[in-house]
Amino acid sequence: MNIHEYQAKQLLAQYGVNVPYEIPARSLAEVRPAAEKIAAGGSAKIVVKSQIHAGGRGKGTFKSGFQGGVKVTSSVDEAVSVAEKMLGQTLVTKQTGADGRMVQTLLLAAGAKIKKEFYLAVLLNRETSRPLIMASTEGGMDIEEVAEKHPEKICKETIDPAVGIMPYQARKVAAALGLKGDLFNAGVKLITGVYNTWWECDASMVELNPLAIIELADGKETVMALDAKISLDDNALYRHKNIMEMRDLNEEAPLEIEASKFALNYIKLDGSIACLVNGAGLAMATMDIIQHFGGNPANFLDVGGGASKEQVTAAFKIILSDPNVKGIMVNIFGGIMDCNVIATGIVAAVKETGLKLPLVVRLEGNNVLAGKKTLAESGVAIINGDSMADAAQKIVKAVGK
Amino acid sequence: MSILVQPNTKVLVQGITGSFGAKHAQLSIDYGTAIVAGVTPGKGGQFFEHGGKKVPIYDTVAEAVKQSGATASAVFVPPPFAADAILEGADAGLDLVVAITEGIPVRDMVRVKRALQGNTKTRLIGPNCPGIVTPGEGKDSHGGCRIGIAPGYIHKKGSIGVVSRSGTLTYEAVWQLTSRGVGQSTCVGIGGDPVNGTSHLDVVRLFNDDPETTGIIMIGEIGGSAEEEAAEWIKKYCKKPVAGFIAGATAPPGRRMGHAGAIVSGGKGTAAAKIAAFKDAGIGIAVTPSEMADTLLKMM
Repeated sequence: MNIHEYQAKQLLAQYGVNVPYEIPARSLAEVRPAAEKIAAGGSAKIVVKSQIHAGGRGKGTFKSGFQGGVKVTSSVDEAVSVAEKMLGQTLVTKQTGADGRMVQTLLLAAGAKIKKEFYLAVLLNRETSRPLIMASTEGGMDIEEVAEKHPEKICKETIDPAVGIMPYQARKVAAALGLKGDLFNAGVKLITGVYNTWWECDASMVELNPLAIIELADGKETVMALDAKISLDDNALYRHKNIMEMRDLNEEAPLEIEASKFALNYIKLDGSIACLVNGAGLAMATMDIIQHFGGNPANFLDVGGGASKEQVTAAFKIILSDPNVKGIMVNIFGGIMDCNVIATGIVAAVKETGLKLPLVVRLEGNNVLAGKKTLAESGVAIINGDSMADAAQKIVKAVGK
Repeated sequence: MSILVQPNTKVLVQGITGSFGAKHAQLSIDYGTAIVAGVTPGKGGQFFEHGGKKVPIYDTVAEAVKQSGATASAVFVPPPFAADAILEGADAGLDLVVAITEGIPVRDMVRVKRALQGNTKTRLIGPNCPGIVTPGEGKDSHGGCRIGIAPGYIHKKGSIGVVSRSGTLTYEAVWQLTSRGVGQSTCVGIGGDPVNGTSHLDVVRLFNDDPETTGIIMIGEIGGSAEEEAAEWIKKYCKKPVAGFIAGATAPPGRRMGHAGAIVSGGKGTAAAKIAAFKDAGIGIAVTPSEMADTLLKMM
């Protein structure tokens, strides 16, 4: 699960990470008082930031034509005027795809005088099965690009999960960032807090890009999380009720939400051939084989190991809600499940949904002959696929007509 | 021969009275596996009865091991309690703990993996895996050792080793082999989570050392770099033909494809990189998942 920038900063602040003075606003009525509070705090600039679960907001474009999902304004009135052009509008960035995301929350922040930007993240290193802190002096940049072109500019510190982060490790990272004096000590506290947020919240990733040295109104400098992104381990949400409440359904595809209600794992893609498969590995392989034979998969859909008739029917309805779908391939390896039960479920689903599109079914496994007989005698137009390859070729051909 | 488990391996089931654990304990008993004990805290002294067999239930794994002589376990315990169950199995001195449970938090597995570091006695397979099968000599491979949730009857006793993260894709490969009259030494599902106990490489090394295994099918998927690490080792040391398939070439970056570990992130873990590593190591590439068995058989 992903959360918004303002929510990520709320969590970070709880673990002692220095974040800017900011106020979220969900409606225009909330924008003016928030902007006034920030102006009253002594800030000459007010930053208005669109809150969506995607990067590249600053360089994004609203469908209305308005440029930029993050704006620095010079007065309360200007902040309100910019907010009017963002709230309720759809922002398209390089990460959102052409559909974009509707902006339903803005974050208003005091303008900061940035002296230097860094990158800081905590994630799981899969090779060692241990947490890893990654930091770089190249803040505000695409970290993948830095890793490729200047690997020497990335500092990596592995944490022993039995011990947790030790102060010397945070000092090593702060030193690698070139922090000195008071900023060094502030950096150590911040790095420790970022790691603790990752661990305590069961995050998959905590990323500050940028982490920055800021010059305050009195001329003093401090380090701060200017932007923050947190993604969380879905399997651990049960023990974080407060974080679960941060889920924003507006950021999720409606069909994927519907699928999750039936314990179906569905991910919408751009192609025209829908697939319905049991098992995640087989579902990926089915998408691959469709593409291999010249088709394009419309989705990933894993109905799980013990799919019921209700789940199969729900899966068909979800698949058919995608207007791009021109044909369906069902690929079931019924190891323990009775193929005849699945076949009965497919026939019922086809009848209930009034399916008119080509449907290829490949059944294999337990009681497969009875299952194939049920399909053949159902009176429903179903094309039989003898193997994955055979089924994929048949559906690609049927859709291509 | 086989790796990790033999047809006579004594197996206990942690979480034997839950619906999922009970169902698969029954199927293992039907397959002829020596299910010798069950563990459910608070139900010690009761029995799990199936097919005329009475399997004693214990409160702790330590007691179950002491009384039954089990050397391997299947963990069917729900996710919040699974890390504890795995470490209890290790503490009891089991040779093998197979964690079937799906949905264990990553942080729990990070701690488990750290706790097992340096433990040379207990091997963990999984979590989020279909388990392990060493086929038996009877009809439809009856009499083998089945730990987990794989369908037993699709197997056939023989000499091909199969290792995969995914359940159904393993069954697909096994069924392709069996349908062609080719049997398996052992089939291992290592699981689809980002932190797991046993890697592709660990299993490939065991197959390489097993005199009865003559060929290997290795199935991978997007995410992480375990397939690349195995390929590098195979290139240098493996004496046996290996065929492979990588699932997820069409998966969009940044999206988890069902398995918690199946994600391309930061440009890492792509199918293309894994296939390139396989090719470089001389591993036969199945261009489609329908050709996993044929690709290996052509090499042998």
